[in-house]
Amino acid sequence: MSDDQVNIEVNGVPMKARKGQMIIQVTDAQDVYVPRFCYHEKLAVAANCRMCLVEVEKAPKPMPACATPVAEGMKVFTKSPKAIAAQKAVMEFLLINHPLDCPICDQGGECELQDLALGFGRDISRYTERKRVIKDKNLGPLVSTDMTRCIHCTRCVRFTQEIQGFQQLGTVGRGEMTEIGTFIERSVEHELSANIIDLCPVGALNNKPYRYRARAWEMTQHPLVSPHDSVGANIYAHVLRGRIMRIVPRANEQINETWIADRDRFSYQGIYSEDRLMRPMLRENGVWQETDWESALAWAAERLSKIGKQQSGAQIGAIASPSSTLEELHLLAKITRALGSANIDHRLRRTDFRDEASEPLYPSLGCSISDLENASSVLVVGSNLRAEVPLIAHRIRKAAMRGAKVAFINPVRYDYLFPVCGYLASNGLSNLEHLLSVAAAAVARNGQPAPASIAASIANMQPSDVHSAIAQQLSEGERRLIVLGAVAQRDPAYCDLRLAAEALAQITGATLGYLPEGGNAVGAHLAGVLPHRAACGQSVQSAGLNIADMLAAKLKAYVVFGAIEPAQDISAAGALESLKAAECVIALSPYASAKEFAHLILPIGTFAETSGTYVNLEGRWQSVSGAAKPVGESRPGWKVLRVLANMLNLPNFEYTTSEEVTEELRRELAQSPQFKVASSSRAVQSKLSLNAPALQRDIPIYQVDALVRRATALQSTRAGIEGRRGQTP
Amino acid sequence: MSETTTKSGVLSEHAKHEIDHWIAKFPPDRKRSAVIAALRAVQHDNGGYLTKESMDAVAEYLGLPQIQVYEVATFYSMFETKPVGRHHISVCTNISCMLCGGDEILAHVEKRLGVKVGESTADGRFFLKREEECLAACNNAPMMMVDHVYYENLTTEKVDEILDRHK
Repeated sequence: MSDDQVNIEVNGVPMKARKGQMIIQVTDAQDVYVPRFCYHEKLAVAANCRMCLVEVEKAPKPMPACATPVAEGMKVFTKSPKAIAAQKAVMEFLLINHPLDCPICDQGGECELQDLALGFGRDISRYTERKRVIKDKNLGPLVSTDMTRCIHCTRCVRFTQEIQGFQQLGTVGRGEMTEIGTFIERSVEHELSANIIDLCPVGALNNKPYRYRARAWEMTQHPLVSPHDSVGANIYAHVLRGRIMRIVPRANEQINETWIADRDRFSYQGIYSEDRLMRPMLRENGVWQETDWESALAWAAERLSKIGKQQSGAQIGAIASPSSTLEELHLLAKITRALGSANIDHRLRRTDFRDEASEPLYPSLGCSISDLENASSVLVVGSNLRAEVPLIAHRIRKAAMRGAKVAFINPVRYDYLFPVCGYLASNGLSNLEHLLSVAAAAVARNGQPAPASIAASIANMQPSDVHSAIAQQLSEGERRLIVLGAVAQRDPAYCDLRLAAEALAQITGATLGYLPEGGNAVGAHLAGVLPHRAACGQSVQSAGLNIADMLAAKLKAYVVFGAIEPAQDISAAGALESLKAAECVIALSPYASAKEFAHLILPIGTFAETSGTYVNLEGRWQSVSGAAKPVGESRPGWKVLRVLANMLNLPNFEYTTSEEVTEELRRELAQSPQFKVASSSRAVQSKLSLNAPALQRDIPIYQVDALVRRATALQSTRAGIEGRRGQTP
Repeated sequence: MSETTTKSGVLSEHAKHEIDHWIAKFPPDRKRSAVIAALRAVQHDNGGYLTKESMDAVAEYLGLPQIQVYEVATFYSMFETKPVGRHHISVCTNISCMLCGGDEILAHVEKRLGVKVGESTADGRFFLKREEECLAACNNAPMMMVDHVYYENLTTEKVDEILDRHK
């Protein structure tokens, strides 16, 4: 037996435990139930609710299981008369001031206090005194409060302090007058803030948009994957009569732990936005008219095959949202290529496509999400991390709190609620120049010749102390990571940034990772929604036009797949004008906003209304079967594409389920020859004209996609309001 | 209102000096330990109560989230977060004082000042603090504390005389 193990006995059953563990951690692992309110495995131990009192042999009084470390030979009794008496006494105290308004409380039916009151509460209260009443707080548009119900477990307080990184809630006052709140009225503002709804064991903090909409026991629960960023956070949709009433986290230690971002939780409001399309819409002679699916699809097939035949497909361009499912992306790519076109892209906000042959098979994080926590050093290049990938930001914060050295190279300074080792924000230098300076420092440090791609450009760089410190942190330690974020990927010098980062990784031995944009950008790479690569990264005979070129080329026909709103979602200049000028634009979109540029709109389901697969930035495939009934006559995108292919008389589109589509792609992946990255001969140019100001490359957190832009609760938050203000010209 | 703490929350030199004195007693990463002493200094500077600005200034000076300062300021009964009278009166009504007539003393003070516990007189002269429990002077009960000074073996006459002395 190793030294750090101890033997304890719980209810007469011998158990092994690690030294330093608390009793409750051992009993939880062994499925021995101990009641609790304040203890939460992801938060520091507070031991203030006392509900977890258990009897420990030789201890003079009951001990809190959450704050009592195990010791060799310890005998614990969780259900002895002494333990039960202590737990019941605590419950009686907790209920002195609790209003017991369960019938009108949203938490009713899923309330920890309600459950435990059933097990440990008295039938009749012995108290005749008045109950304390606490004024409700306004914590903003996401979290509703009924503070009279609060039992002061302080889980929410610890969440703001330990997980968000900045304490916003506190225990104000004392004794019976203690209140949880912010003292002065202010919203709780953080991209993960609404997790306090799930943490609250009673009905004090609840979901504001969901308030009084449904009862927990009426709804059915369906697993989904959040499509707003490349993390692929696991969520549950709670559905009543085919409609999503709310989203809650689905615990997955590998990905999102027990948290989700506010964006993941409230974006469902966008599903029921007023401008959802109910039926296919066709514009004839400038007038929009509703039509039926059959004639709409026939119209689409006729136009596409005509334009396809006339110009061997080269006049057709396909643009796909990177939040689409893998099946949708695969079918779209298959149809486009079958029509003879290689003009297909999903990189809506990219502007620099140079040297793309040397890009990896797909933009991968370079390590698993959970491994991020154990990184010893991370250099983030071009990323508003908390807005782009909130849950990755949380993992990197955890690493930083454990002592990892985290540094940033960004066009502007963003706030990170953790210690940052080096922050290089502009100061007259571009991101690329900063990155090359770090590389120059690394070369000087390692004393080896610089990689050819940067040898010339680093010669002029004069690294500062910060550059040298970052070069040093990247050269030492166990797990070192350089990640290129979305701001970098939107950079007009992305190609050079990437090659410089590759070179820096090569010099220092760090791993290069990416934070791709959109929930399924990795899937889009695998499905070949790229002009220069077919599915599984296979090379194409002749490359098609990328998104910027195909819009600049003013093709005759475009197929726009997904909720894409060109003005906000596509970076290429004049995107909207090119679409408007085309002879035929077929949009497959949930929203009427496609009327701005399309001739035909086929209403498709959002992420929650279709089965499908998402591949996250680790390369992890996650398939879900859809949760909600599609609004109106909208249909899952993969079905629409399949029927469209059938009507175009294209071969091999006889799928009956989305799983068959997934299987086909899986087979192709398994059979395709191993992907080899083409090596680049390009020399990085250190100077470039920065024609796009830095801020335009940053997308506000609640502007990332059409669904989020329609989530009214998110738009009412300060981040939402500021984001919209930044967006309007 | 004091001349030393401005509305913008800038701490007076005196307050900073006092806070620095306390910070020096704790390890460098435990500045939070100095928050009580800091609030005491700032409250003293500010005429007996704390403003949001002054608490925020303390938070900034000690590098704490503001809420952590609010928590302390609202927890301890010697801190006031709303404007109160100049002279702070605390009448003990805990058991020894209660047995020796503390409740009568409190009733007399309330009647004389025309305020209830927790209120200040309209002229801003007196503040009758809420629920001040045993101040450890049971041997000479009943007692009260005015501006940190103990007055013991009280009678209503004695109370009148004491209050008259506080202008």
